[in-house]
Amino acid sequence: MIRIDNLTKIFETPNGPVTAADHINMEVPEGEICVLLGPSGCGKTTTLKMINRIIPSTSGRIYINGEDTTGMDTVELRRNIGYVIQQIGLFPNMTIEENIAIVPKLLGWEASRYKARAKELLDLVALDPGTFLKRYPRELSGGQQQRIGVARALAADPPVMLMDEPFGAIDPINREVIQDEFMKMQQELRKTIMFVSHDIDEAVKMADRIAIFRDGRLVQYDTPDDLLAHPKDDFVESFVGDDRALKRLRLVQVKQVMEPVTTVRPEDSLSTALQRIEQQGYSHAILMVNERQQPIGYVSRSVAQTTSGLCGEHYFGLKTEASPEDDLRKVASLMFTHDTTWLPCTDANGTLVGQVTQRGITHYLGATYHPDALGTLPRQLHKVSA
Amino acid sequence: MMKKPAFTRFAYGLALVLMFALGSLAEQTGMLEELFSYREDVVYLVGQHIELVLISGSLAILIGVPLGTVLSRPRFARLAETAMQTLNIGTTIPTLAILALSMSLLGIGMLPAVFGLCIASLLPIVRNTYTGLLEVPAHLKEAASGIGMTPLQMLFRVELPNALFVIFAGIRTALAINVGTVPLAFLIGGGGLGELIFTGIDLDEPFMMLAGAIPTAVLAIIVDILIALLAFLIVPKGVNPLRA
Repeated sequence: MIRIDNLTKIFETPNGPVTAADHINMEVPEGEICVLLGPSGCGKTTTLKMINRIIPSTSGRIYINGEDTTGMDTVELRRNIGYVIQQIGLFPNMTIEENIAIVPKLLGWEASRYKARAKELLDLVALDPGTFLKRYPRELSGGQQQRIGVARALAADPPVMLMDEPFGAIDPINREVIQDEFMKMQQELRKTIMFVSHDIDEAVKMADRIAIFRDGRLVQYDTPDDLLAHPKDDFVESFVGDDRALKRLRLVQVKQVMEPVTTVRPEDSLSTALQRIEQQGYSHAILMVNERQQPIGYVSRSVAQTTSGLCGEHYFGLKTEASPEDDLRKVASLMFTHDTTWLPCTDANGTLVGQVTQRGITHYLGATYHPDALGTLPRQLHKVSA
Repeated sequence: MMKKPAFTRFAYGLALVLMFALGSLAEQTGMLEELFSYREDVVYLVGQHIELVLISGSLAILIGVPLGTVLSRPRFARLAETAMQTLNIGTTIPTLAILALSMSLLGIGMLPAVFGLCIASLLPIVRNTYTGLLEVPAHLKEAASGIGMTPLQMLFRVELPNALFVIFAGIRTALAINVGTVPLAFLIGGGGLGELIFTGIDLDEPFMMLAGAIPTAVLAIIVDILIALLAFLIVPKGVNPLRA
């Protein structure tokens, strides 16, 4: 846990004092990622760097796991905080192994222990120890280097990590990959992380909480969903962007908006299908599943109305399906790609577990703006729980 | 790319043939015999010469590297500016003048020679140590202090290893100046191969002069190769352009 209490930084410049951080108060709960977000010069980096005293604070206190750091020895304090910077800062004169093992070495670990640790960490960041341990930083790509940067910060297993735009210098494709890997790692490690970014998408993707800074002040500190749904003022609103409702798509999983679905079997007659379509109020079609409850196609309303016979003889193939763990951004993208307003949801075995509809999504996202709208939501939404 | 090695091999071959021709010519004209008559002097003076280089050179390194390091520390930033300016002016003084000044200060003999040589070769070492350390990227220092290195650990584990190549370049320049200046040390009573060179000139004995000049040149080349070899071996592989 990191708690910041009235943290202030005033820089003395030739043009008079400049307040870079103005009485910042915030708390990052244990095991969460807090992203500090804002335009350049807003004080987010200053705030981060005051925690490990790269920048000395003017006033205020910092507590790590409940302990006031004011009296702590700077070197001692820093060895217990993982630190990752945008320029990565691997030491070019040392091999990858030496780079990762540097903090354990400083802490006086035995050689066999820190060597084993270096190997373990390389595995953790998905690089082959056999290939990389003895290499030098300049022989690695930017993405690989930053993986090592993260590994180095994790070496002594510090409870707290500070990351200053760690993925900012990596190309967009690799950045996505590294972010995903990092999130996977974090799910196991549960470090308390403070993370500076200027990229709202990165923040929404990684953060448990987002702190928006402006002119040295903390403007809003909220969960990503609350921040996107309820920006506190015009500044935050413009910073999170006009498409903030779309950004929320990433935060919602399919299982949160999944609805139960009525189906037909291939051996049902088309009139049964039509009857069920009418009953459920489906506008276009009804899903058809096989005996193992796996979706195999759909019967369209117009066919059911005009033709007679069995469903198994008059159905259309499915274009795509979603999994309950997918986020809505992916689902929306699938819907746009395949020009459809609903998707069947299947679990890992391909068994049907429900459906997701465009209406369900818009209702879910809209609910937060109209608290009373929750009552008017389709009832099924509440019946389905994860 | 394919043509280059062939060309180099050709050039080496040509050089060998030329050297052989020159050698046999020297033998034919009796030059070798003349030169060998100074053998005892040469052996003794080369020893003296090397002694001068070793003492003044190591002194210059032992003083120059720490001095450059101290000047590069942030707390001496203001002093460092003035010091570097002074050193830069110092570089413009001809080495012969430095030796003369040192003689007027310390008299004649080995001591003023060592002192003068040391001063003359100090400047490149201090300058390269200082700039080499300042040029270590700021983010490396931030990373180093961010993970909890003390200033001394940072200096020895990060800053010096990363500046080492530049420092070695300074030492190489310094020793080149040093070896080249040592013959002048004879003028203030410091000994060395200068004795043969200058006496040879004065007596109009070209072979005596050559007996001093050739070993001087060979020594300069050997010292340069040695320093290059040391740089190759000592500068960490990850920051050594020679081992890329």
